[in-house]
Amino acid sequence: MARHNVTVTVNGEAHSREVDSRLLLVHLIRDELALTGTHIGCDTTHCGACTVLVDGVPTKSCTVLAVQADGADIGTVEGLADANGMSALQEGFMQEHGLQCGFCTPGMLMTGTALLAANANPSEAEIREAISGNLCRCTGYVNIVKAVEYAAAKMAGADAPADGEDN
Amino acid sequence: MAPRTSAKICGMGHSMKRKEDPRFLQGKGNYIDDFTLPGMLWLDIVRSPIAYGKIVNIDTSKALEIDGVLAVLTGKDLEAYNLHWMPTLMSDTQMVLPTDTVMYQSQEVAGVIATSRYAAADGVAAVEVEYEPMKPVIDPFQALEDDAPVLRTDKEGQEDNRIWHWEAGDKEATDKIFDEADVVVREKMHVPRIHVASIETCGCLADFNPVEGHLTVYMTTQAPHAIRTVLALVAGHVGLSEEKIRVVSPDIGGGFGGKVPVYPGYVIAIAASVVLGKPVKWIEDRMENLQADSFARDYHMDAEVAADSSGRIRALRIKTLADHGYSDAQAAPSKFPAGLFSICTGSYDMENAYAEVDAVYTNKPPGGVAYRCSFRVTEAVHCLERIVDTLAHKVGKDPATLREENFIGKEAFPYQSPLGWEYDSGDYQAAMDKAKEMIGYDDLRREQAEKRARGELMGIGVCSFTEVLGAGPSKDFDILGIKMFDSAEVRVHPTGKAIARFGTKSQGQGHETTYAQIIAEELGLPAAHVQVEEGDTDTAPYGLGTYASRSTPTAGAAGAMAARKIRDKAAKIAAHLLEVSEDDLDWEPGTFSVKGAPDKSVSIQECAFAAYTNLPEGLEPGMEATNYYDPPNLTFPFGTYICVVDIDRGTGEVSVRRFVAVDDCGNIINPMIVQGQIHGGLTQGLGPALYEEIPYDEDGNNLAGSFMDYLVPTAVETPAWETGHTVTPSPHHPLGAKGVGESATVGAPPAIANAVVDALAHLGVTHMEIPIRPDRVWEVLREKGVAG
Amino acid sequence: MIPPQFDYHAPGSLEEALALLGELDDAKVMSGGQSLLPMLKLRLATPANIVDIGRIPGLDSITESGGSLRIGALVTETALEENATVAERYPILLDTAKVIADPLVRNRATICGNVAHGDPANDHPATMLALRAQMVATGPKGERTIGVDDFFHGLFMTSLDPGEILTEIRIPAPGERSGGAYLKLERKVGDYAVAGVAVQLELDKNGKVTRAGIGLTNLGFAPIRASAAEKALTGATLLEQRGFKGAIARVRGIFSGGLDADEVIAAAAQAAADATDPVADRRGSVEYKRNMARVLTARAIRQALSRAGG
Ligand SMILES: Cc1cc2nc3c(=O)[nH]c(=O)nc-3n(C[C@H](O)[C@H](O)[C@H](O)COP(=O)(O)OP(=O)(O)OC[C@H]3O[C@@H](n4cnc5c(N)ncnc54)[C@H](O)[C@@H]3O)c2cc1C
Ligand code: FES
Ligand code: FES
Repeated sequence: MARHNVTVTVNGEAHSREVDSRLLLVHLIRDELALTGTHIGCDTTHCGACTVLVDGVPTKSCTVLAVQADGADIGTVEGLADANGMSALQEGFMQEHGLQCGFCTPGMLMTGTALLAANANPSEAEIREAISGNLCRCTGYVNIVKAVEYAAAKMAGADAPADGEDN
Repeated sequence: MAPRTSAKICGMGHSMKRKEDPRFLQGKGNYIDDFTLPGMLWLDIVRSPIAYGKIVNIDTSKALEIDGVLAVLTGKDLEAYNLHWMPTLMSDTQMVLPTDTVMYQSQEVAGVIATSRYAAADGVAAVEVEYEPMKPVIDPFQALEDDAPVLRTDKEGQEDNRIWHWEAGDKEATDKIFDEADVVVREKMHVPRIHVASIETCGCLADFNPVEGHLTVYMTTQAPHAIRTVLALVAGHVGLSEEKIRVVSPDIGGGFGGKVPVYPGYVIAIAASVVLGKPVKWIEDRMENLQADSFARDYHMDAEVAADSSGRIRALRIKTLADHGYSDAQAAPSKFPAGLFSICTGSYDMENAYAEVDAVYTNKPPGGVAYRCSFRVTEAVHCLERIVDTLAHKVGKDPATLREENFIGKEAFPYQSPLGWEYDSGDYQAAMDKAKEMIGYDDLRREQAEKRARGELMGIGVCSFTEVLGAGPSKDFDILGIKMFDSAEVRVHPTGKAIARFGTKSQGQGHETTYAQIIAEELGLPAAHVQVEEGDTDTAPYGLGTYASRSTPTAGAAGAMAARKIRDKAAKIAAHLLEVSEDDLDWEPGTFSVKGAPDKSVSIQECAFAAYTNLPEGLEPGMEATNYYDPPNLTFPFGTYICVVDIDRGTGEVSVRRFVAVDDCGNIINPMIVQGQIHGGLTQGLGPALYEEIPYDEDGNNLAGSFMDYLVPTAVETPAWETGHTVTPSPHHPLGAKGVGESATVGAPPAIANAVVDALAHLGVTHMEIPIRPDRVWEVLREKGVAG
Repeated sequence: MIPPQFDYHAPGSLEEALALLGELDDAKVMSGGQSLLPMLKLRLATPANIVDIGRIPGLDSITESGGSLRIGALVTETALEENATVAERYPILLDTAKVIADPLVRNRATICGNVAHGDPANDHPATMLALRAQMVATGPKGERTIGVDDFFHGLFMTSLDPGEILTEIRIPAPGERSGGAYLKLERKVGDYAVAGVAVQLELDKNGKVTRAGIGLTNLGFAPIRASAAEKALTGATLLEQRGFKGAIARVRGIFSGGLDADEVIAAAAQAAADATDPVADRRGSVEYKRNMARVLTARAIRQALSRAGG
C-alpha cells in the first residue's frame, strides 16, 4: 500500500514523515512526533481526549488521517505555554482546579483555547456546549467551566476572579 | 476552621494549588501509553464474540503471515508454563487465556505480538477461531435454579453456580420485629452493572531483562505493591520472585477502582516479554475496557423496613443476589466477600437488622470492583435511602422529616450499629439543616405543590448517607492475607527540604499536594518543599494502594505519624541547639522556641541541618522516619444531598435542575481538592442514576460496549453542582480527617432517584429502577395515564 | 482501534476525483470522515481505496441563488451554524446542525456527507425531506438532480452511483410566511436520535397551511416522509390566535365542519407516529419511539408555526 509524504507544522515546527494511508493523525502526533500530551480515550470519536487544533479548528485527531493533515498547522497542548509561562487558560485550570487525573485536560485545553479565540466572553451555557465533545470523568465539569471563565476574564484584562473555595 | 499554619507553610485547611498540575497542563504527564522502550513490541488481543462455548480450533497461520506479526500466544502456550490460570484477589481463579472454553463475550482468546500497534491489530483480525457455542447463563436468578448448568466445572466440588453466602445481623430478632411491626414496606431493586470508564483505559509495558532475570512492569495500577506480590505468586514458579519484580505505576488517567484488579492482558504482556526477551506494550481500547474489564455493582436487592405507625424505623432486612460474572474477581477485603454492605443501616438508629448476600456465577465478565466506593457501600446506601423514602410515603411524612426523626443523635457517638460497626463520629442533623437551608427546601415544597396542581412534574429528593472508609484495621482487613495498613516514609534533607514516599497511588486525587500539606502541617515545612512520590515498588514503602477512599485515612495518617516521629527527634535537636531541656520548648508550626523567651528559637530547617552536622551526643544522625499505619477503626463520613428534578411529561426526560451536596468528611486537608472530589463523585453518581448501565441480552451480548451506548455524562447533562460542608472530626484519626473521594458517588444516585420518585409519588409510584431512562419514566407516565 | 489497510487519494479537482472513482477498485468517497473513519476503525468498512474530496476547491460554499439555498459538498456543520442566511431564513437547518454529534465532530462533518451516508439515524435527511431538497450528483456523465424523495432507499443505501459525488444540496427558498423546526430527542449530547422530527410549513396570508413537509429521523430503515401528517395539516388554519379574534376563528372553524388547531395538530402528530417503523433497542421500545414521534411532531409543528407567524 502506498506511503505518503506528509509535512505538518506542529506548534510552529515543521515535521515531515513518510506514513501509511491509514495512519491516524493522533498516532502521527503521539508515536511519530513523540508529543504524548495528546491522548486517546475511545474508539468511537466520543471522548475528545485527542483534541488538537488543525488550522485553528479543534478536531478529534483520532478521526482524521495523518495524510489529511498534510500541509496543516497543528496545535497541541505542548504548544500552549510560551516563554512567558502558561497560557491564561492553563493558568485558569490550575487556579480553579479544572483537572484531576489530567487525562482529558489537553483536549479540554485545546477546545477551550479555540472557544476563547472565537468568543472572548462565553456564557456558562456556551462553555458547556463547547466542551460537550470532551468527556471528563473526574471533575464534574464545574471547575472546567470556571477555568474558562477565569481565562476569559484574565484575557480581558480584568482581575482574576476570586478563588473557588468551598463555602 | 481557620488553618493552623501560614499560607507559606500551607498545611491543612489551605486550598493549595496542585503540585501535579503544571506537568499535566503542559502535556508532560507520563501515562502508560506515553512510555516507549527500545525494541518495544506490541500486544493486541483476540477476543471471543460469544458468551459461552468451546474453542474448537485457533488458526494463527494467516496472522503469522502478516508483516510485523511475530507471535500469537494462546492458552495452550501458557499452559506449558502453568500460566493459563491466575488467582483473583478474592481467592477465586480466572483464566489468563482459555485452553478450551470461553466464559464471556470479549474474553481474551489469544495474544498477538507484533512490531507495531497497526500490525498487531491486523494480526488480531486475521486470527481465525472456531467456536462451538453453548447456551449461556445470563440471568443470575436462573443461575441458581436446579436445572442451571454448572459453569465452573473447573472447580473441584463446585456443584452449582453459587459462589458464597454471606450474612450479617440477628435474623431471628429481626424477623420478630417484622412480625410485630405496625408498618412494613418492601421494595425490590437492582443496582445495575456499570463501569468505571476512566478516560484512560488500562495498559502496561512489560520489560523482562533475560540477562538479569529481572522484570519491570509499568502499569496502570492503583495498588502497585499488592500487584507485585500477586505477580510473584502467579509467576514465582517460573523464576519471577518478588525481589526480581519492579512494578511502576505512572500517572494514571483515572482509576476509580477499575485499576485494582490484575487483568489477563497484563499477564499476557508479561508472559510475552519473558518469552521473547523484549519489552511488550499492551494498551486496551475503549471497547475492550467496557466489555472485559471488571464491572461494578450488579446487586439485586429485596429490602424491607419495619417501622412503627409514626415512621420510626425498627428494623431492616435485605436479601441480595450478587452477579459476579464467571469469577469472583472483585477487590474486597478477604473477610468481606460482600464488602462493607453491612453499613446498610446507614444514618438511622434501629433496633435490629439482617442482611444476606448470595453471589453467583454467570457468563459475564468477572469483577465487582469497588467503583469509587468503599466495597459495596453504594449498593447498601442506595437500597436504604430508597426504601426510607418508600416508608415516608407510606406513613405520609416528608422524607426529610422522616429521616430527621430516625437519625442517630449526635450524642450517641461512638455508635454501635446493629450490624457491628462502631461509627466514630457524626452530626447528621447539622448536615441536613445546612442542605435544606442551601436549597431552600420549604420554598421548593411550595413550588412543587403549585406545579402539581397545574399538572407539572417536579420532584425533590433527599439522601442522608453514612459512608464507611479507610479499610482497614488489621484485625479484620486483609487482601490475600496482607493486612490493609498503609505506609509513609519521610526524609528531611540537610537544607530542610523533604521527600515523602507512600504506599498508595494517586489517580487524580492530588496526593502530591495533600500529602505534602499533611507533612507541612506536622513539621511546619512549607508544603512546596515536600516532594511526594508513590507508585514505584523499588522506592516506595509497602502499602495496599489507593481505592475505597483509604488513602487519607491510612497513608495520610501514616504520613502524619512519620512526621511526628521526625518532629520528636527535631525537638531533641532543638533542645540541644537552644541549650535547654526538651520540656522547656514550645512548638509553633516550623519553630521551636524556649518557653517564656519566644525570641530564643530555632526553625525546623535549622534542626534538619543540625541532624546532619551538629548532633547531640547519642542521637542517631539523619532525619528520617517510617510509619506503617494500622488504623484503630474505620472512618464514617456522612452527608445530606438534596436534588430537584423536572420531568418532561411528553418524553419522560428527567433534568436535574439543582443539586446541593453537604458533606462531612471530618477535618479537611485541602478544601479545593475536597470540593473537586465531590464534584467528580456527584457526576459519577449522576451517570448511573440516569444514563449508565451495562446490560446483556439473553445470548450474553454486551449492549453498551462502547461510548456510543455507555453514556458518560457530558458538561451539558451535568448540572452546576452546589456544595457545602460541616466538620465533625474523626476522633481516632491523627488528623481528624475521614476521607472523601467517594461519598458523592454513593450519595447522588439515591438522591436523584428519590427526586424522580417524589415527582411521581402522587400517582402512586414508589420506586424507579436506575438508570432512570426517559423511556422508563414515560412507561410509568403512560401507565398512570398522565403521559403528554 | 486501527483502520485496515487502504490506499488514499486526494484529488485536486472534481474531474480528477471522478476519474479516480472510475478507475479504482472498491473506492469510497470521503468528505468529513466523521462517519467513514469511525467505521474503518471498527473495521465495519474495508474499502481498498479512499478518495478524499476535502482538497477540491470550490465545494465549500453556501449561497442563496436561483430561488434556492445551495450547500456545497464540503460545507461543514459548523459553517452552516455560523452562516447568517441560514440563521435568518432556514432556522430548521440551524436546529438540525446544532443537535448533531458534538461541536468538535461538527467542525469536520459535512452536510452532504451526512445525507450521502444514507444512515436513517442521521439528522439531516429528515430535514431535507421536510424542505423538499434536491440532491445534485456529479458523475462521469455530468450532473443530475435527484429529488429527496427518490434519494434514500434503505439502510446506508441511496440513489448515488458508486462513481458519483454528491456535490450540492439545493433547498427551495422558503416562501414569505413559512417556518420550520427540527426537534430531536437524544439520550445525551453526541447520541443519535431516539426520534427526530423536522417540520417545515408554508402559510398563506390568512394563516392557512399551503404546504407542509415532515420528515422523521431514526424511526425506520430509511428516513421517513410523514405524508399523511403533511396532508392533515395542509389546508388547515392553525395559527394560535389569541383573544377575541382567536375565539371567532375557532368558532368559525368548527361551524365550517373543521377541527380546532389543537385537534389538527394532534391528528397530524398521530399520523406521523403511524408512519414510523422503529425497532426496539437501547433507546427505547417500539411503542416509546412511536409515541416520541407523535410528541415531537406536535411540538415541532407548534414551533414551526410560531416561526412562520413571526
Ligand atoms: C461521535 C459522533 C456522533 C455523531 N452523531 C450524529 C448525530 O447525532 N446525527 C447525525 O446526523 N450524525 C451524527 N454523526 C455523524 C456525522 O454527522 C457524520 O460526519 C456524517 O454523518 C457524515 O459526514 P462526513 O462529512 O463526516 O462524511 P464521511 O464520513 O466522509 O462519509 C460518510 C459516507 O458518505 C459518503 N460520502 C461522504 N460525502 C460524500 C459525497 N459528497 N458524495 C458521495 N458520497 C459521500 C462516504 O463515502 C461515506 O460512505 C456523528 C458522528 C460521530 C463521530
Ligand atoms: S480518542 Fe476519543 S474522541 Fe478521539
Ligand atoms: S481530569 Fe480526569 S478525565 Fe478529566
